[in-house]
Amino acid sequence: MARVEVRGLSKRFGGFQALDEVGLTAREGEFLVLLGPSGCGKTTLLRLIAGIEEPSRGEVLIDGRVVNDVPPRLRNVAMVFQSYALYPHMTVRENIGFPLKMHHIPKAAAAGKVEEAAGMFGIGGLLDRRPRELSGGERQRVALARAVVRNPSVFLLDEPLSNLDAKLRVSAREELRRFQRRIGVTTIYVTHDQVEAMGLGDRIVVMNRGSIRQVGEPREIYERPADTFVAGFIGSPPMNLVEQGDRLVGFRPERFLPAALTPKADAVAWSFDVTWVEDLGAERLVYGTLGGKASEGRVVSRIPASVPIAIEAGRAYPFSVDRVDLRWFDRATGLRTEGGAP
Amino acid sequence: MTGQDDGGGIRDRAGTLAVLMIAPAIAYIVAMIGVPLLLAINYSLSDATTGDPVHHYAGLVNYRSALADPVFRLALKNTFVFALVSQSIVIVLSRVLASALSMPFRGKWAVRFLIMLPWTAPIALGAIGWLWMYDSIYSPFDWLYRRAGLLGKPGDPFGPMTNIYWLGRPTLAMASVVIVHVWRLLPLATVIQLAGLSAIPGEILEAAEIDGARGWRKAAWITIPLTLPIIGIAFLFGIIFTFTDMTIVYILTRGGPVNATQVLATWTFFKGIEGGDLAQGAAISLFMVPVLAGIAALLLRMARRAEVT
Repeated sequence: MARVEVRGLSKRFGGFQALDEVGLTAREGEFLVLLGPSGCGKTTLLRLIAGIEEPSRGEVLIDGRVVNDVPPRLRNVAMVFQSYALYPHMTVRENIGFPLKMHHIPKAAAAGKVEEAAGMFGIGGLLDRRPRELSGGERQRVALARAVVRNPSVFLLDEPLSNLDAKLRVSAREELRRFQRRIGVTTIYVTHDQVEAMGLGDRIVVMNRGSIRQVGEPREIYERPADTFVAGFIGSPPMNLVEQGDRLVGFRPERFLPAALTPKADAVAWSFDVTWVEDLGAERLVYGTLGGKASEGRVVSRIPASVPIAIEAGRAYPFSVDRVDLRWFDRATGLRTEGGAP
Repeated sequence: MTGQDDGGGIRDRAGTLAVLMIAPAIAYIVAMIGVPLLLAINYSLSDATTGDPVHHYAGLVNYRSALADPVFRLALKNTFVFALVSQSIVIVLSRVLASALSMPFRGKWAVRFLIMLPWTAPIALGAIGWLWMYDSIYSPFDWLYRRAGLLGKPGDPFGPMTNIYWLGRPTLAMASVVIVHVWRLLPLATVIQLAGLSAIPGEILEAAEIDGARGWRKAAWITIPLTLPIIGIAFLFGIIFTFTDMTIVYILTRGGPVNATQVLATWTFFKGIEGGDLAQGAAISLFMVPVLAGIAALLLRMARRAEVT
């Protein structure tokens, strides 16, 4: 277990600023998720922590020690790559045992550790196969077993689930979380999938264009996005943002409901011109524009199937949002501001 | 049929098209390799000479007399020694060069260009250049050694004579030929190995680095095993080139001194063309066929393996 910290970390690739003055701390034993669109710098940050990339400026600290000049093999970090990066010419046993061999662990002790790591991920029966004979899910487990085998103090995972099919991804997510809880190793996990991030992270770091936009617990990120980028990136469909003077008002689609469902006293009401209704079974997504004094902006409402109110495209309905569910953002900077009446 | 409009044109018939496309290649191979090979077999079983085009069937007498000839046996041995020794050196050196060239550094382009140069020069010109460098009197190597105090006076490490006589002493002559073979084939092997190295996915090398492998351990456990099929291809290519080459030996030593550097290719030429015994020359050259056929089969297998990884 270790605390991982970065200070003023920047990375340039030629003319491209991949990471710009990033500061961040992963607490001991924490599951920290780096989330952002592709090219936001999340993988670069992970690689800088691993030591396979050198920072242009700034420091990386593991357990309070600056490791900028420490080579990857001595940082005691383990990394799982998106491609898994298994050694194709080695068996599963040799793959898992490779870090031990490189660290001069005696053969007998190493063999035991390999068995143990393989057992942890239920791949004990595959030890004599080669990577090309394994399925995607099995390869991912081998990569994880190879990562845990030498008890690293930090786990770095680069989109380890992105090559699995959707169904397998859900179960792999659950396994990964349980496993991390059990061994309690500080884990930094990169993904562009917000569902993964919400489900896995103790805290989420939302990144965009080389800088951190918000750090917080999943619920906090979702409920109180720090700016319009986070508001628009988290949630599917994302937060509705409607211009209101020099500010933007934001509300989640599931909070924007037929007026009959919200208590009148604390609610802000709009007339909702419905243009399109999608019935997804468990819920309905209703698309349209706000009439009345609100400026024109497309908004979405997400109505659970348990609400039986009939809604048709081409008609207007009274909709409202509870006042406590409104979020306000500065129009110029995009940053969230406090309170205010519509 | 009225051509392409009705869809029945030749371009739509894959089978016919394939035959048409491959026919020139087959015609070429038959004319340039098949016919000469059959001629060689025919001559080797006859009593043909360059002076007498009329020849008679003579059975295996040419093969028997070739095998009985000590010069032939020496040439056969030399051919293997030259090919194996020079290509072993080439593989090691090209590996080192390829590793160095795969790293980022200033002027990489210029270095790569310089290393490729021996390959682009005609082999005869290169060999003539080396002939001068090995000259018994004017060799620049000898000059350098004399200047460095290594040669020319009693007690000097390379001897008291003013010259080394590179091509005049049997072992040195063999070494000299090997050096030129190495110089000649190093660029090709380097390029092949460089291609192999750059085909290894970056994430595998990074994983190895995090797992603790670096330097020669990384080479021994990761990069060399992963590029083994490519290394094998470079090696076998080199073997074929050295096995069949007569230019270097012909220009440098003509097989001398006293046949110390004689190889099958030069011996074939001396016997069959210069000596006029066409039948004997053909028989000698055919001793290369089984070896080359075996290497070619191995190459094809390796090429397939290299594809898979």
